[in-house]
Amino acid sequence: MENVGALSILLAFCLAVFAIVAALVGKYTRRPYLAVSAERAVYVVWGLLTLASGILVTLLIQGDYRIAYVAAHTDKAMPAIYKFTAWWGGQQGSLLLWSWLLSTYCAVAVFTNRRKFRDMMPLVVAIMMTTLAFFVAMVAFVASPFQVLMAGKGIIDVGDGNGLSPLLQWWTMAIHPPFLYLGYVGFTVPFAFAMGSLLTHQPGEGWIHTTRRWAIVTWLFQSIGILLGMGWAYTVLGWGGYWGWDPVENASLMPWITATAFLHSVMMQEKKGMMKVWNMVLVSATFLLSILGTTLTRTGLVASVHAFAQSPVKPYFTSFVVGATVLVAIAVIMNLPYLRSEVKLESIVSRESSFLFNNLILLASCFAILWGTLFPVVMEAITGEKETIDAPYYNRVNVPIALFLIFLTGVGPLIAWRKSSLSSLKKAFMLPGAIGLAVIVGLAIAGIHDIAPLISFGLCAFVLATVTSEFWKGSRAIQAKEHIALPRAAFELTWRNTRRYGGYLVHVGIVIMFIGFTGSAFNKHETRNLGLNESVRFGRYDLKLLSVNDGETSDYRFSHAVIELSQNGKVIDQLDPEVRVYNNSQEQSSIVGIRRRLNEDVYVNYSGVLPDNSKAIFQMYLFPLVSCIWMGFWVLLFGTIVCLIPGKVRLQYARTEVVGFASAPATVQS
Amino acid sequence: MNTYVKFGALMLLIVGSLVWLAFSGVKDTKTYYKTIPELEKMGTQAQGQRLRVGGDVEPGSIVKDGSRVTFQLHQGASTLSVVYMGSDPLPDTFKDNAQALAEGRLASNGTFEANHIQAKCASKYEAKPIQRVTHESASASS
Repeated sequence: MENVGALSILLAFCLAVFAIVAALVGKYTRRPYLAVSAERAVYVVWGLLTLASGILVTLLIQGDYRIAYVAAHTDKAMPAIYKFTAWWGGQQGSLLLWSWLLSTYCAVAVFTNRRKFRDMMPLVVAIMMTTLAFFVAMVAFVASPFQVLMAGKGIIDVGDGNGLSPLLQWWTMAIHPPFLYLGYVGFTVPFAFAMGSLLTHQPGEGWIHTTRRWAIVTWLFQSIGILLGMGWAYTVLGWGGYWGWDPVENASLMPWITATAFLHSVMMQEKKGMMKVWNMVLVSATFLLSILGTTLTRTGLVASVHAFAQSPVKPYFTSFVVGATVLVAIAVIMNLPYLRSEVKLESIVSRESSFLFNNLILLASCFAILWGTLFPVVMEAITGEKETIDAPYYNRVNVPIALFLIFLTGVGPLIAWRKSSLSSLKKAFMLPGAIGLAVIVGLAIAGIHDIAPLISFGLCAFVLATVTSEFWKGSRAIQAKEHIALPRAAFELTWRNTRRYGGYLVHVGIVIMFIGFTGSAFNKHETRNLGLNESVRFGRYDLKLLSVNDGETSDYRFSHAVIELSQNGKVIDQLDPEVRVYNNSQEQSSIVGIRRRLNEDVYVNYSGVLPDNSKAIFQMYLFPLVSCIWMGFWVLLFGTIVCLIPGKVRLQYARTEVVGFASAPATVQS
Repeated sequence: MNTYVKFGALMLLIVGSLVWLAFSGVKDTKTYYKTIPELEKMGTQAQGQRLRVGGDVEPGSIVKDGSRVTFQLHQGASTLSVVYMGSDPLPDTFKDNAQALAEGRLASNGTFEANHIQAKCASKYEAKPIQRVTHESASASS
């Protein structure tokens, strides 16, 4: 069976190469049948990769321990669901998943555009298939998941495998990689359409209309993937945080940032025909950063906590990223005249310029993160010394950027396109500005004196106020006109322009998340040794160690502590931190005890006992507002889905064109 | 003034201050990565710098005493005593024989005072018995 799998991957590679050649030859020698044949090859590649993936999953679930990949990533004791997720538990399998997802995206993109963009599609197919061919080649020739275990000349069956790292046996972690890949992979499609349209000089912004939904959906997948990773780090890793600026985390954040910038600036191109070069750069950067992200995760280019060990795919990936960057740069520079802007910037106080600043800031943040991530590689190449930079660097650069971004989130909707007058600005900013200031003053009186959190909370309140006022004004207008209840009017308003109001909801989600991030400025931490029935005061709580039990299951040995949590003498909760050591891998896993509440989480990690066994060691944390992060995410998810629902009225992004100037004052219409 | 000039000046201001922030950030948090033999060679010169040292955790050397954890890192014949007093719990992967990265400063008595520890299981992701076998294995796909 493994031979069928390996063969279908090999065939998929050949067909992908055929698709590239056929599409290009068909396009430039004007043989449409070849282009059609290339599109059909895309479907067949998808079929072959589906078959290969199906075989790998079957081997994993059946537990065929002759296969190196199966033996390395599963064992008999594992539940079937984790045997399935072992598909992406290791390098070879996750590269196969990557390829399969990409081929699925390609097939869908080709199918939905089968009657559109006839002169551009061959190029789109060729670009997507080049990327796919690269990944399939990795799976076929460099990191095959179907390699069998051999000793001398005979195939051996090791009987049982090594199992999956216990840290990864967790539902969020099980689905975290596929979501991230869906995000990483997805941007190949908008990229291919952008490049295709650039190279064939398509009139208008067709590629943007076709790929807008792709971009939003893949952006959503990226967001989900990143959030799942954060949730996993917080609940499972037990280091008391959700973000550590690790190279692999950065790798997932960078394409998300450029994608966010793209989603904003693309509106400028749709509406005003501006920023065309910029959009081309952004969509390419997102694609390249996605590949770079995969490179960082998969090849150990930069030393990281969760990167895979040094692997044979590294030189290929590095060459692919560098090669693609050079090609994209050449393509954009050669076609600059096609990308000329149709409209000029009129005023610095306009929505256009707020979009420009938003983009500039996002890009700066991305660049700072990229610099920090690649710093060790660059420095070693220049000075020969190994140097790294840490979390404080990222925080120092990104905190001001984040504050400025929140500010722009609030300002954007309030300023008009083209040019805003000072008086209209004053009117629009009065109330939200006052609310923001009131929050700052109120919190300062309440005893918060750190400047960054104060500003952050104030800005968050400002943005929430502006968004609320947008909904309020719109709903009231509809209410007055159609005589319906306010909630129904708000619903109607959102439905009429889902993109705009869905976008506002996403902003609300982001702001709620930032309230959560800001809460981290008030984290508290203490390490205490506790004997049985001993109590300790921590923040507003009393923690008392009730018992410590050691025991064993078929999978692992454990030590389980029970801690009673009380406040003002009343018992309010019980926490159960635990340490496990898995039999098979001898790996340790800490299960932290968390009491989640909206205002703050109490988080206790049990880290072992003192050498003389008299006391147990606990790390205790208070995380104010951390729940806001997860809550904000649900709002973001909801808002993005609203954005994806087709709006009832399709006039928002009609192009504005100046047809002439009215000389007489406009008459008032009723 | 021309809109583009104003715009450019504002952008320059923003980018400039961010660049300044980034560079001062790099200067303050830059950490040199050294191996234990390199550290020995540097002698007293190493004291006071922010350093990141990698090595294997000496089996049986980990002593946990509340928030204070001491252990030995070794690489080849060289060993280094490390004392960890940071606020984060030690990673689950930190145990005997694990590859660990300790970040901190070298104290004048020769022990390394770490405030951050990263650890990778020697066997992480790619398990040992399998690796031994696959050295001789041939690929089924080629």
